[in-house]
Amino acid sequence: MAQKPKGDAVTRKQRRLYFVLLGMLALGAATALVLTAVGDGMVYFYTPGDLQTKHVGPDRRVRLGGLVQKGSVIKDGSHVSFIVTDLTATVAVSYTGVLPDLFREGQGVVAEGKLDGQGTFQASEVLAKHDENYMPKEVADALKKSGHWQDEYQHK
Amino acid sequence: MIPEIGHYTLILALFVAIVQATVPLIGAARDDRPWMEVGRTAALAQFLLVAISFGALTWSYVTSDFSVSNVFENSHTDKPMLYKISGVWGNHEGSMLLWVFILAVYGMALASFGRNLPPALRARALAVQAMVSVGFLAFIIFTSDPFTRLDPAPLNGKGLNPLLQDPGLAFHPPFLYLGYVGFSMAFSFAIAALIEGRVDAAWARWVRPWTLVAWCFLTLGIAMGSWWAYYTLGWGGWWYWDPTENASFMPWLAGTALLHSAIVVEKRDTLKAWTILLAIFAFSLSLLGTFIVRSGIVTSVHSFAADPTRGTFILGLLVLVIGGSLMLFAFRAPSLKAGGLFTPLSREGALLLNNVLMSTACGTVLLGTLYPMFADALNLGKVSVGPPFFNAVFVPLMIPMVATMALGPMMSWRRGDLGGALSRLKLAFLMALVAGMASWLLHGGSVKDLEAAGGLALAAWLFVGTLVEWAERIKLFQGPLAESFDRARRLPRAAYGMSITHAALAVVIVGITGSAAWTTEKIQVMHPGETVSLAGYDLTLNGVEDGIKGPNYTASRASFTARKGGAWVADMSPEKRLYTMPPRPTTDAAIHTNFISDLYAVVGDADGKGGYVTRLYHNTLVPWIFIGAVIMVFGGMVSLTDRRHRIGAPSRKRNV
Repeated sequence: MAQKPKGDAVTRKQRRLYFVLLGMLALGAATALVLTAVGDGMVYFYTPGDLQTKHVGPDRRVRLGGLVQKGSVIKDGSHVSFIVTDLTATVAVSYTGVLPDLFREGQGVVAEGKLDGQGTFQASEVLAKHDENYMPKEVADALKKSGHWQDEYQHK
Repeated sequence: MIPEIGHYTLILALFVAIVQATVPLIGAARDDRPWMEVGRTAALAQFLLVAISFGALTWSYVTSDFSVSNVFENSHTDKPMLYKISGVWGNHEGSMLLWVFILAVYGMALASFGRNLPPALRARALAVQAMVSVGFLAFIIFTSDPFTRLDPAPLNGKGLNPLLQDPGLAFHPPFLYLGYVGFSMAFSFAIAALIEGRVDAAWARWVRPWTLVAWCFLTLGIAMGSWWAYYTLGWGGWWYWDPTENASFMPWLAGTALLHSAIVVEKRDTLKAWTILLAIFAFSLSLLGTFIVRSGIVTSVHSFAADPTRGTFILGLLVLVIGGSLMLFAFRAPSLKAGGLFTPLSREGALLLNNVLMSTACGTVLLGTLYPMFADALNLGKVSVGPPFFNAVFVPLMIPMVATMALGPMMSWRRGDLGGALSRLKLAFLMALVAGMASWLLHGGSVKDLEAAGGLALAAWLFVGTLVEWAERIKLFQGPLAESFDRARRLPRAAYGMSITHAALAVVIVGITGSAAWTTEKIQVMHPGETVSLAGYDLTLNGVEDGIKGPNYTASRASFTARKGGAWVADMSPEKRLYTMPPRPTTDAAIHTNFISDLYAVVGDADGKGGYVTRLYHNTLVPWIFIGAVIMVFGGMVSLTDRRHRIGAPSRKRNV
């Protein structure tokens, strides 16, 4: 047992104990917060092919990445629909809002949103990556994996 | 010829750095003054050499020397001069050179201003600085040479990413780096103290001003980056918890914690090991931040595969710096005897709580930032961790911290009186209640407005609490006003610095709360002549003019008129620009601010039927975020002018 010195102060051991207790309390609180936040804070990335093979429920928020199929973009006022392809499968995307500056046909895109009952991807966000290249990294990796990667996609 | 001189001096700098990293260290161990003095000379030589090298690269950019590959890749003759210069650090190689240059500037400052530092401590700190230098110089020379030549030289360059062609982003990297690299000072002193096995109040007095300088620059750098994202990306937001943003925010959190724990070391001679650890973390996170932004290690581990040497080098450097310093810490920290004892309810206790919460928050940000990379490496699938995660984790950790911020300064050292402090803060509590209730009732008193009411109450608590503490210090209304005035004049600048920065944080919190709760947004197709009402304003699209020529872009410019109740408020002209080199579109939002809220207009594509997609925002209180950040930096600068903080002023004698 640590001895209490005379006066008001606390011994080193006790202070260390406070330190450790405080640290554990903070860590515990942080862990609890992280665990509760993980559900809606973490969004998985899928390609159109993944969306077909892996079953993704309609309530799950996901990121969809691929190329915007040439000739598929239909603009109707502020509503836009287009098709995202990974050159093996396609998914129709519907979005209302202003498209990012770098959005164009034949280029890579990442959309965040949910699948609806009809298999259309309702995007709540189409991401503007302020990257030095047009191609989002996730899309480039997916294309490389499926063997459809061409160097011409990588514009500078 | 000039690029070759730059390359040559850079290599010379590496050799000088190697000398600076070893000779003073041996000298300090042997207590050999001439050997220790080598550190100072070497630091000055290194500064000159790296400055010449940096100047050579800048010269190549200014004169558009496209025979230099780096200039060809990132510049163009049409670019305005400002962006030719900022192009120097708008790319990987050049930004690394800027990093080393700033490191050399700090090294020179340490060599020339640190006259009354104990020679051994200064020699060791300079040696540690030089070790970092060696790592970075070798990295540049072996993997990221900015001076590589092209033969034959191309006629013109590829141009700079138009998003980077903006005054806000032109100066953002230098400020950020001044902050990142500034933490190398605290780091060098921490390692030097570990080698000596001695940390005392004087040590903390040397470390504090340097950390404060770094903190001010970093705060400004982050605010500039956020402001840039706000007005150029056209999305109406100011923070997205993007890895690049987190990269700069983590060292800020660690650095803020370090500033506060250094106070405890200085005043109470305790929390030494913890302070050293924070210094190591602040700098390690700065290194991580540098690499996250410039090498994209977070977006994908595969970018390592694209350039394996660079990736391996970076990993090696991180492991060496972080692992090496933590190992030294593990060996030496137990020998750091803590002095002053304190009860949990004391100012030390409050500062410790602040530190623990800051570090935990920093840890959760680190987890969220690095998790996608680990998940990818372990084949757990590709994930992104977005704002919902960070908001849900970070905000709850900050609430108790801000609540303690008003309380801490009211407590005395060693043993505080919580009840007494709380009763002295009655006014702050009352104002918090009033602010929270008022905002809640004014906005209709629904459940969803409760969060905003809480945010405002917290801000009021902090703001009024800070004022009360200041008023007590000068005994305002407790005696003649002349006496209070006299006290106010004699109050140390550092105390003013604290009051100003704490109050500024309250301003920032108001801004964050307001922007999260009351921002309104409308997206629609508008035809010329059409009017949209938003948050009490009527915005009329007068027309869109195409083909406006800029120096290196053509723009479509929309013209809006904002009216309130029929009265003219502002003309706003957002643009959509298409840059010529590289051919890329950008958005230029138009913002009208009355310093309480912003009207924010973005024009999008034409719908082909005479209409344009437009996005209009009314961003409540967002200006307060940036105003608050600037006041915060001002507070830091006021604190720096404190007599006790003047760099080099403290001496060890006073401590005995």
